[in-house]
Amino acid sequence: MDSKKWPVYVAAVSVLLGVLLVAQFRTQEYIGTSVVPTRRLEDLTDMLRKAEAQREALEKEVGVLRRQLVKAWEGEHAVETVRQELARVQAVAGLVPMTGPGVVLVLNDSRKQAQPGESADLFLVHDEDILKVVNELFAAGAEAVSVNGQRMIATSEIRCAGPTISVNNTRIGAPYQIVAIGDPQTLDSALHMRDGIIDTLKAWGIQVRITQVPSVTVPAYKGSLYFKYAKPVTSGSETQ
Amino acid sequence: MILAIVGLILGIIIGILTPVQLPAGYADYMAIAILAALDSIFGGLRSGQEGTFDGLIFLTGFFANTLLAALLTYAGDKLGVNLLLGATVAFSIRIFNNVGFIRRHLLESARRKS
Repeated sequence: MDSKKWPVYVAAVSVLLGVLLVAQFRTQEYIGTSVVPTRRLEDLTDMLRKAEAQREALEKEVGVLRRQLVKAWEGEHAVETVRQELARVQAVAGLVPMTGPGVVLVLNDSRKQAQPGESADLFLVHDEDILKVVNELFAAGAEAVSVNGQRMIATSEIRCAGPTISVNNTRIGAPYQIVAIGDPQTLDSALHMRDGIIDTLKAWGIQVRITQVPSVTVPAYKGSLYFKYAKPVTSGSETQ
Repeated sequence: MILAIVGLILGIIIGILTPVQLPAGYADYMAIAILAALDSIFGGLRSGQEGTFDGLIFLTGFFANTLLAALLTYAGDKLGVNLLLGATVAFSIRIFNNVGFIRRHLLESARRKS
């Protein structure tokens, strides 16, 4: 055949090779940049350590101020101070409804059909999933969280109860609506962290819908609160 | 030879000017395509120097080898065996072979001139 034209053919494939090389180089570069460099990691660890030290110092200060507050109660504004403190404690304990900006998250069971040999269990929303989402929200600075209208308080449980989930000793079922008050942007990005909770849930086809809202209300804790065994320590300062 | 290098440079320029980028998952396929292209180029250079070049064989060889390598890689992905490695080794051996022939050929023609 045309044995004189061979350089043209070789050149044509060379052009293709050039394009492929550039594309591959770009892809490799992209893979390289998506990993956090070690140096940055060290910086972040250092920052975390400093922030923790600062937090400890502030905690000590809180202790001192609390003691001063107790002394102040003995003064003339005692009643007003007590009323204010009571309102604050009630808010902290989750005994009053709270409102503010935040996120609303709806979880529902997967629409995927379980393949033969796969357990249908994998495609349901579990107590653990809710627990992890709530945990993540609190870790991201959520100030008030409720699950299907059940306010999360210090003694709240999230536990498997057969086909339903028990929260505050109340049975709830899918779809699960989790409402959290806090910085909407921060809460949203905490949930969307790479390989985070949402990624994991989506891998199983669990339906997740997150909306950032400018104003949302978290209801108060509706159950009863009493201590049978635990008693506050009254005398002296904190015991170890 | 010179035309091949000009072609390569032209290709790199085209690549830089156009925003080609594949998802990271296709990096393996791209790598095998690059090897297949390299193999074809050296094979073509060798047969051109020997005077046995056939355009049809050259082009079909390039596409068939690339397709087979991609298929092997895909099958390897599905089977959990790294068949990409097999294609890489095969291409590499051929490239080294061909480069060896080209080198000898160039040396011979250089000696004949001097």
